[in-house]
Amino acid sequence: MLNKEDKIFTNLHGFEDPFLKGALNRGVWSTTKEILKKEPNEIIELVKSSQLRGRGGAGFPTGLKWSFMPKDTGKQHYLVVNADESEPGTCKDREMIRNDPHMLIEGCLISSYAIQASKCYIYIRGEYFFEYQQLEKAIKEAYEKNLIGKNACGSSFDFDLYVHRGAGAYICGEETALLESLEGKKGQPRLKPPFPAGAGLYGMPTTINNVESIAVVPTILRKGPDWFKALGSENNTGTKVYCISGNVNNPCTIEEEMGIPLKELIEKYAGGVQGGWENLLAIIPGGSSTPLLPKNICETVKMNFDDLKANGSGLGTAGIIVVSKDFDVAEVIERFSHFYKHESCGQCTPCREGTGWMHRMMQKLIKGDISPEQLELLENVTKQIEGHTICAFGDAAAWPIQGLIKNFKTELLSRYKENR
Amino acid sequence: MSSGHPGLTNTFLEKGSPFKWSDESLKEIEIIKSKYPTERIQSAVMPLLYLAQKQNDNWLSVECIDLISQTLNMPKIRVAEVASFYSMFNLKPVGKNLIQICRTSPCWLRGSNKITKTIRSETDCDINQTSDDGLFTVVEVECLGACSNGPMIQINDEFFEDLNQTNTKQIIDNIKNNKPNKVGSQIGRSSSENAK
Repeated sequence: MLNKEDKIFTNLHGFEDPFLKGALNRGVWSTTKEILKKEPNEIIELVKSSQLRGRGGAGFPTGLKWSFMPKDTGKQHYLVVNADESEPGTCKDREMIRNDPHMLIEGCLISSYAIQASKCYIYIRGEYFFEYQQLEKAIKEAYEKNLIGKNACGSSFDFDLYVHRGAGAYICGEETALLESLEGKKGQPRLKPPFPAGAGLYGMPTTINNVESIAVVPTILRKGPDWFKALGSENNTGTKVYCISGNVNNPCTIEEEMGIPLKELIEKYAGGVQGGWENLLAIIPGGSSTPLLPKNICETVKMNFDDLKANGSGLGTAGIIVVSKDFDVAEVIERFSHFYKHESCGQCTPCREGTGWMHRMMQKLIKGDISPEQLELLENVTKQIEGHTICAFGDAAAWPIQGLIKNFKTELLSRYKENR
Repeated sequence: MSSGHPGLTNTFLEKGSPFKWSDESLKEIEIIKSKYPTERIQSAVMPLLYLAQKQNDNWLSVECIDLISQTLNMPKIRVAEVASFYSMFNLKPVGKNLIQICRTSPCWLRGSNKITKTIRSETDCDINQTSDDGLFTVVEVECLGACSNGPMIQINDEFFEDLNQTNTKQIIDNIKNNKPNKVGSQIGRSSSENAK
């Protein structure tokens, strides 16, 4: 269990002033100038040694990602912050942005300095209009106090920060689609390589990080990588903001230690499963793309990258969706299939055609209209979509269905029998 | 999603009335342009689409697209393809209150179906339709990113969260009677803390 003094996000729920006065009270911006006296490389090494892994879903080590940025090219470097939070089940970045925007802004400054980017864009999803306004207001304050801008915090580092609004496209959470969108085009992912560190925004070296990854950086540097590493376990360090939704008594967003048992999280913070733990059917642990976990695994699994992976799922964005026995888990997945069909960007055939086909099959499946052979075909097709598209969207659309079939095959087949 | 959604329509680019930037918008355009490198000004297309939509009763006519292509000196088709790709750019007129109901699983598990039912009956408006008095357009959308506060809806720029049938009806009634609504959580939560 996380001690109060180890919490990074102390105003996650907005009980205090989100703006500069409140932020200063909470210690944001307190030793920024001293941090910026370090060499950029030193900051990268410190973040590396904290073992911080990206909080946007893939869990790639943040420090390592930064180290891919070329040095001394003379080119404009960019930091782009991915605030296009659209993965169903996920609502954590929203709380950080609207309730503690200065943590993100300070993180942007320090992270940009580390990768020698004098410009940073925050790409925020279009629907977050209030959050966008909060962020703009906080950025204005930061400019006025010269915390960012020319000679930011008196460090002789010049830094500009801009916010760019998305407009309702899930795919723009994919980093290269996001760059396309930021360049004023349709948000369709790019082929990699070249990777953004080589040729990203406007063809320049670019790093793209999730809001939470950036917002925790200043605290890691203040308290030291060893403090961060002491939380959680090896390679799964630090704290994590979990979003709990679905069939629990008190859905909530909560910061806890990385690797807290899933059951503890639900019982302690979300008021337990509706109708009691025995009424639990399955849990989707990391946003819609991660395969669901049946109840027996939920008893013991820990909420970190490695343990969830070992149990056939993933931490993803830590958007926990709880499904009780009062609901049809197949319809939960059918709705996700509808989501993926709707959000496919249409670039790659397996995804464009496949997501529509999978959704039609899922519609039949929930009614008990598909035979054992067709169920096998559906599973087979998900595997042909997975890994055969430019971005990971195809995988994300396939995994929920695979998870459903893997864990509820008998029940799905019995629907067909009953329907005969 | 059916093609009836104003942001996802296939009836491509409807004509509206003549469209010119207001003085206020012109000032705004200069601020927007300053965010991006001069030689990369196409980046400003999304902010300008938002600006035009705001000035044009929340939708984009073919005249808006034309003007943006002139302002940014980019081909019309490039503006049009961006406008049609993103669901928040409405390519046909919408009611004064665009109600977007989240239908994705986290909200559905908390009863979004009932919210949809209430909204349909209270606005007298089916999904993807605009009411006769032009007060409401109702659409179902995918996850809006407030999952710990579901079920939820968005009306124009504002989120309404922690809904049930009673408070949803109240929200619609208030709009009809021109009364202000409380934005955000409808059960008194500050954000997404444990409601206890």
